[in-house]
Amino acid sequence: MENITLSFKDVSVAYNADKLAVIHISADIQKNSITSIMGPSGCGKSTLLRAVNRMHELYPNIQITGSIELNGRDILSMNPIEVRRLAGMVFQCPNPFPTMSIYDNVLSGYALNGIKIQRSERDQIVETCLHNVGLWDEVKDNLNKRGSFLSGGQQQRLCIARALALRPDILLMDEPTSALDPIATSRIEDLLVELKKEVTIVIVTHNMGQAARISDYSMFMYLGELIEYDKTEKMFTNPSDKRTEAYLVGKFG
Amino acid sequence: MKSVTNRIFKDRLLKTGIIVLSGLSCVPLLLILGEMLLKGWKQLSWSFLTQSTPTSLEAMLAVNSGERIPGGIANGIVGTLIMVLIATAIAVPIGLLCGIYLSEHRKTRFATTVRFLTELLQGTPSIIIGIIAYLWMVVPMKTHSALAGAIALSIMMLPLIVRSTEETLYLLPASLKEAALALGSSYRSMVIKVLLPALGASMIQWDPTRPSSAVSLLIWQFYNDPNLNSMIWSASLFLLLFVLLLNITAKQISKKWRI
Ligand SMILES: Nc1ncnc2c1ncn2[C@@H]1O[C@H](COP(=O)(O)OP(=O)(O)OP(=O)(O)O)[C@@H](O)[C@H]1O
Ligand SMILES: [Mg+2]
Repeated sequence: MENITLSFKDVSVAYNADKLAVIHISADIQKNSITSIMGPSGCGKSTLLRAVNRMHELYPNIQITGSIELNGRDILSMNPIEVRRLAGMVFQCPNPFPTMSIYDNVLSGYALNGIKIQRSERDQIVETCLHNVGLWDEVKDNLNKRGSFLSGGQQQRLCIARALALRPDILLMDEPTSALDPIATSRIEDLLVELKKEVTIVIVTHNMGQAARISDYSMFMYLGELIEYDKTEKMFTNPSDKRTEAYLVGKFG
Repeated sequence: MKSVTNRIFKDRLLKTGIIVLSGLSCVPLLLILGEMLLKGWKQLSWSFLTQSTPTSLEAMLAVNSGERIPGGIANGIVGTLIMVLIATAIAVPIGLLCGIYLSEHRKTRFATTVRFLTELLQGTPSIIIGIIAYLWMVVPMKTHSALAGAIALSIMMLPLIVRSTEETLYLLPASLKEAALALGSSYRSMVIKVLLPALGASMIQWDPTRPSSAVSLLIWQFYNDPNLNSMIWSASLFLLLFVLLLNITAKQISKKWRI
């Protein structure tokens, strides 16, 4: 059990009563691994991911059944604020806070949670996190500039730094590179491989090459169901379900 | 090829038309400005801004001896400042909270009602709001006061603030909100630390022309006193320059802070 960071137990999510967007999914996510979630558009990948940090609660009418455990604790028994701090999220579009400087963006998690930290510690966190995402050398002279002046790839790395600053146990990424060019994408891929020593990563991706390159485990979802979940190598070389195979050879999606 | 030259010709024609017409729309402004400059220039000086309005007699004596009318509109400027400060202090907090509420609960019946009422208030001519403030404040208190003016002004500002808060917040990308909440932020600090700064940055170009009323009042007073007539122009000129300055400053700030 110690090696499992996240565990879905018969999770279903419905946006409206008559149709489930995620259907009875059970799966355990291994600690310090990268797990990719693949599947055609609309199959429920984002919906599943957003259930983990309880984003669905922000909107009325969304129904969730089953349970999700983070480090062995039921997330519903925890305070949503605590859950969201333990499960960092990176969105598809880079969204640094436009009115904050780069420095303040990295520390925004602390500011928003009202956590007071010493000046020296703040500098330390900013430098470490920006180093971790490979942004330090690019921005160290412009820390007081606003984050929205950075390029798309830099902004996305800033968002990753922002999520990492709170030292989450798990990083949830929803197509984090789909708005980026190949060079920025490959930098982020390298970064993720580097980061998994410290944090468990779940990444939704449409890019099969990406899943194959960086992930240790892969999930394939179809119409809300989890069709296959296995070691990435196994899934890409010898998928056990026909639908997975069809997806991987580009028959749909 | 013929059709291409034809299209280029039409394009040119349209462009020329647009330029001529937009030039025409500037003509009244330029005329007014010219008139004000010609007639008001003489009076405009530092003391015009720092001294208060002369009495009718002082003005008459000066005019008769061909001198510049002494005094200025300092009382009007100070009055305006006080009024705007009080009005802002009343209208901004209420308007902001109301706007935040409306943008977060767009569809509830209460929100729809409130929104409808603010629209109604926005459409109310300012003269009516002025009369109401007069009836409710000036008549019972038996004196004109900056407070009464400020309250009238804040009632006029309120719908503007509510509407622009709601619209701006609604237009802010939902991802901004989600990003903050996904970091474990409480709703309250998300509003205070993320939404409001973003709102401020995009709302600074808010219309600054209304709060010039105390000076406008002076202009009215100048108009009613034949001896003070020539101060109308300088006061108007001041008002125009002031509004211009406000507008330019607001544009600069919002350019710097735009999201
Ligand atoms: N806010 C919503 N309200 C109602 N239905 C929704 C909402 N968001 C998603 N859905 C539905 O839920 C299903 C799953 O959507 P989801 O966004 O999880 O798909 P996805 O796998 O992330 O797709 P994509 O690859 O295009 O991002 C879809 O059928 C979608 O239409
Ligand atoms: Mg999605």
